[in-house]
Amino acid sequence: MLPKLFFGYYAVVITFLSVLIITRKNPVHSVMWMLLLFFHIAGLYLFLNAEFIAAIQVIVYAGAILVLFLFVVLLLNLREELQVKRFVGSWPAGLIIAAGMLAIVVNVIKSFTAAPRGIYSIEYIKNATHTKALGQVLYTEYLFPFEIASLILLVAIIGAIVLAKRKLRS
Amino acid sequence: MNDILQSFIGLGSSNPMIKMGIDVVIILVKIAIVVAIALLHVAYATYFERKVMARMQVRIGPTEVGPIGLFQPFADGIKLFFKEDIIPANADKPIFYLSPVIFFAAALTSLAVLPFFKGFVIADINVGLLFLFAMSSIGAYGIVMSGWSSDSKFAFLGGLRSASQVISYEIAMGLSLVGVMIMAGSLNLSDIVTAQHRYPTGMFVIPQFLGFFVFIIAALAETNRLPFDLPEAESELVAGYFTEYSGFRFAMFFLGEYTGMLIMSSIVSLCFLGGWTIPRFVTDILPFLSYVPGIIWFLMKVYAVMFFYYWVRSTFPRYRYDQLMSIGWKLLIPLALFNIVITGIAKAFAKGLL
Amino acid sequence: MPSDYLPILMFMMVATAFGMGALILGEIFRIKRSYPEKLMPYESGNPPVGEPRMRFSVKFYIIAMLFVVFDVEAVFLYPWAIVFDKIGFYAFIEMIIFIVILFVGYIYAWKKEAFTWD
Repeated sequence: MLPKLFFGYYAVVITFLSVLIITRKNPVHSVMWMLLLFFHIAGLYLFLNAEFIAAIQVIVYAGAILVLFLFVVLLLNLREELQVKRFVGSWPAGLIIAAGMLAIVVNVIKSFTAAPRGIYSIEYIKNATHTKALGQVLYTEYLFPFEIASLILLVAIIGAIVLAKRKLRS
Repeated sequence: MNDILQSFIGLGSSNPMIKMGIDVVIILVKIAIVVAIALLHVAYATYFERKVMARMQVRIGPTEVGPIGLFQPFADGIKLFFKEDIIPANADKPIFYLSPVIFFAAALTSLAVLPFFKGFVIADINVGLLFLFAMSSIGAYGIVMSGWSSDSKFAFLGGLRSASQVISYEIAMGLSLVGVMIMAGSLNLSDIVTAQHRYPTGMFVIPQFLGFFVFIIAALAETNRLPFDLPEAESELVAGYFTEYSGFRFAMFFLGEYTGMLIMSSIVSLCFLGGWTIPRFVTDILPFLSYVPGIIWFLMKVYAVMFFYYWVRSTFPRYRYDQLMSIGWKLLIPLALFNIVITGIAKAFAKGLL
Repeated sequence: MPSDYLPILMFMMVATAFGMGALILGEIFRIKRSYPEKLMPYESGNPPVGEPRMRFSVKFYIIAMLFVVFDVEAVFLYPWAIVFDKIGFYAFIEMIIFIVILFVGYIYAWKKEAFTWD
C-alpha cells in the first residue's frame, strides 16, 4: 500500500511539474520548477533503492546540466521574452504526434513479459550497498561501454570548444 | 542516543504506527538539537573571525556588547532582524524571496549527513559524500538566482561570476576526494573516519597531502572566501550577488556562507584529519588522550581549519578573475587527477595487484 | 534503503521552514518606510542606465559545458574508487585509459585557450 502511495505521489507531481515547466512564460521560473522536478526524480530513484543514481541525478542534472540551461536562459531578454507566445503556431501537429506516440507506447506495454530474476535482487543490493554493486558490474562486465563513454565525453569537449570558438570569431 | 531519547519519551508501544511516530519525533528532536548548536557555532564563528582578524591587524575587535564583546553576534542578529526589507521595484519577486532561503537551506541540510562523534549522525546514508557535493551545487542556484532577480548590474555580474567560480572548483573538489574514497573504500562519512583509524598514519592528510591541498583551496573558492571572494569584490562589484539584499534576507546569505564554511571545515576534519578519532601512534605514546571525548577532537579540528580560513583571509590579497580560473582549471584539476593515479598505483601495489 | 533518507527529507523541510519562518516572522516586526528612490537598483548613486541583465562573455558557456563533461567524468570515478579492492588489475588499467582519453580532451581545451580569460 505504502509503496503504491509513494509511486502515485511521484508520478502525479512529476507530471504536474513537467506541465508547469513548459507553460511558464518566464524561462527562469521554468528552470526553478525543473530543479524541483529533478529532486522528485531523485526521490523516485531512492525509492527504487538506487541511491547512487539518485545522488548522481542531483549532482549531474540539477548541479551541472541545469546550470548550463540557466546560463543560456539568463542571456534571453526577459522583457521581450514575456511578450512572445508560449507555443508556436504548429502546436496542434505536435499534439497529434504526441498522441500517436502515446498510442504506440500503450500498445507495446501489453506485450511486456517479466524477465527471469537476475542475481541482483533488492536484498543483494542492500547488503552490498548500491554504489559497490553498481561499480562491480560496471567495471568488469561493462568495461567496453564504459570506455566508449570516455570517447563520447571527449567528443563533447571538442564539440563544445569548436562551437563556442566559432561564435567568438564571428 | 536513540535509546536515551526512546527511554526519555518513555513509550515501549508495540503498535507500528506509534513506533513510527516516535521515530519521527526522535529525528525531529535530533534535527532541532543539531540546527540550534550549529547556528550557535555559526554565530560565534563570525565573532571568532572578527577577533582573530582584529588581532592579526593589531586591533582588538568587538568589545562593547557584553564581556569582551561576547554578545556581539546576537546584537548583530537582532539588528538585522528588525531592519527594513528593501525589494527593488523591478525585481522578480518570487525568485528574489526564494533565493536566500535556497542558499541557506542547502547549506544547513548538509549537516544531516555529518557524523559529529561516534554514532551520532542524523542520516547515516551510504552516499554521504555525494550528498554533500549535491547540496553544495544546489547552493549555487541561490547565488545565481539572487543575482539575476535583483535587476541590478552589480548583482547580475556577481551572480554570474560566482556561479562560474563555484562550478569550476566543484570538479577539483570532487576529484580531490577520490583519493580518500580509494583509501577508505566507502562514501559513508562514518566509514571514512573509521577507515582512517585502521591505517598506521591515522589521518588521510599524510598519504593524501595532494588531495588535501587541492581540497582546501577548492573549499576556499567554493565558499567564496578570500582570496577567492571575487563575486563580492567590494572594489569592483559593491557586494556582488547580494548587493540589493537588506535586513534579514541579507543575514540569510551571511548565515549560509558561514554554515558553508563550517561544513567545509567539517569535511576536511572528517575526510583528512580523522574526524572524532586520533591516530594510534599518538595514543600509543600518550595513552590518556584516548579518554578525551570524540566530539572534542572533532571540534578542535574543525576550529583549526576555520582558523586557517581566517588566517588566509587576513594574509592574502584577492586574486584577479583570470588568475582564479587558471588556478582552478590549470593547476588543481591536473593535480587532483595525478593524485588519483598515484593513489591507485600505491593501493594496487599494497593489494598485490601490480 | 529509502527509509534512511527520511531524516534528510525532514531536515530539508525544517531548514526551509526555518528560513521562511524567520522571514515571515520578521515581516510583522520590521519597519516599512519605502519610497521610489529607495527601491531603485543600486548604481553608486546614479540613476541606472540601460538593461541590468546584459550580454555576457561566451567564456561562461564554455566553462559551463566543460563543467558538465568533467562532472560526468568525476561521477564515473566515484564507484570505481570505492570498489577498487574488488575489481582487480584490468579495471585499474581501464580507468587509467579512461583518464588518459579525457586528459587528451583537457589538453585540447587548454591549447584552445578555453581556460584563459582576457
